[in-house]
Amino acid sequence: MTKDVSTRDIVYIALFAALMAAINLVPAIQIGFLPVPITAQTLGVMLAGSLIGAKRGGLAILLFVLLVALGLPLLAGGHGGLSVFFGPTAGFIISWPIAAFVTGWLTELNWRRMNTVWFFVFSAIGGIGIVYLIGIPWLAMVAKLSLWDATKGSMIFVPGDLIKAGVAAVIAETVRRSYPLMQAAR
Amino acid sequence: MTIGLYHPGQSALHRASAGAKLSALVVVSLALFVAPSIWVALASVPIAFAVYLATGAPFRRLMAQLRGPAILLGLVFVFHLAFGSVAEGVLAVTRFATLILLASAVTLSTPVSEMAELVEWGLGPLRPLGVNPEKVGLAIALAIRFVPLIAEEFRHIREAQAARGLAANPLALIVPLVIRTLKSADELADAIEARGYER
Repeated sequence: MTKDVSTRDIVYIALFAALMAAINLVPAIQIGFLPVPITAQTLGVMLAGSLIGAKRGGLAILLFVLLVALGLPLLAGGHGGLSVFFGPTAGFIISWPIAAFVTGWLTELNWRRMNTVWFFVFSAIGGIGIVYLIGIPWLAMVAKLSLWDATKGSMIFVPGDLIKAGVAAVIAETVRRSYPLMQAAR
Repeated sequence: MTIGLYHPGQSALHRASAGAKLSALVVVSLALFVAPSIWVALASVPIAFAVYLATGAPFRRLMAQLRGPAILLGLVFVFHLAFGSVAEGVLAVTRFATLILLASAVTLSTPVSEMAELVEWGLGPLRPLGVNPEKVGLAIALAIRFVPLIAEEFRHIREAQAARGLAANPLALIVPLVIRTLKSADELADAIEARGYER
């Protein structure tokens, strides 16, 4: 972490990394018409960017990913350890800090006009766009699949991810209104 | 104290240093990707499995940990069968199996604290770029300390919302959790600053 990260920032980063872990305790939700259960994982990524900004949000998720690598079972379903970084879905996990940074950066740029709709758009750009932009080519490369096949395989997660971006947007807007320190902290 | 996926033991893997184990893991993964031979990949799976068993963790737990990755690899293989070739599928899946087994063996045999020390040591050379390994260490320690606290907070909130009939509502669970986390972050930062930690 760089020179311009204060002790206060470190505390925010550490607590949001821990929050991301707690959010993974929310049980996966099975929605009738969707083929795969929705886990809360990228919800934490979207929220970190929306709530504590680009630098702190990105570093918080980077710290979370680091904790997983150190051997803590913090991913949904109690997964963790170095093995997740050698599996087919490693690219998705590695994309999370960048995704949180991008969501945070867009949120900071547009802080004055933020509302539920913009939170949704920026959560989707970071938490879906960036995640798939990095995760799918990575999957294609390491699993020796064609880019098109890897994309097809990943598409089943998009409806769930859109619902998550919606949930993240409503949470971010509620917190923005109810915890005024957010603006002062920025 | 043992936290995480580490399993205490006295095996050769436990005695090896974290740095040596990680370097070996990186070398093996590079070798498997640089030399994509199906026979090497096939032969490496039983070896990796033997290494995995050599960690000495209970057999039942070792098998349970493999369930998730096995399902994922099964999906990858099905995709290869449907859209690609069997040979490519076997190569991809065996390569993953080897690396996942070896990486799990490293995680099982290395305490989180030793891994964290390795990270701090590894960040040392980045000091001229403005990276402060001690701050990274503080962030790791704080986060590890706060994971169980925030998880506990989450259980309290879930119970409280269940009493109101809101246990299944993610908004009712996460909004209070986020606000409480932001509050504790502010309080903790005030406490650290009041005690004159750094400046």
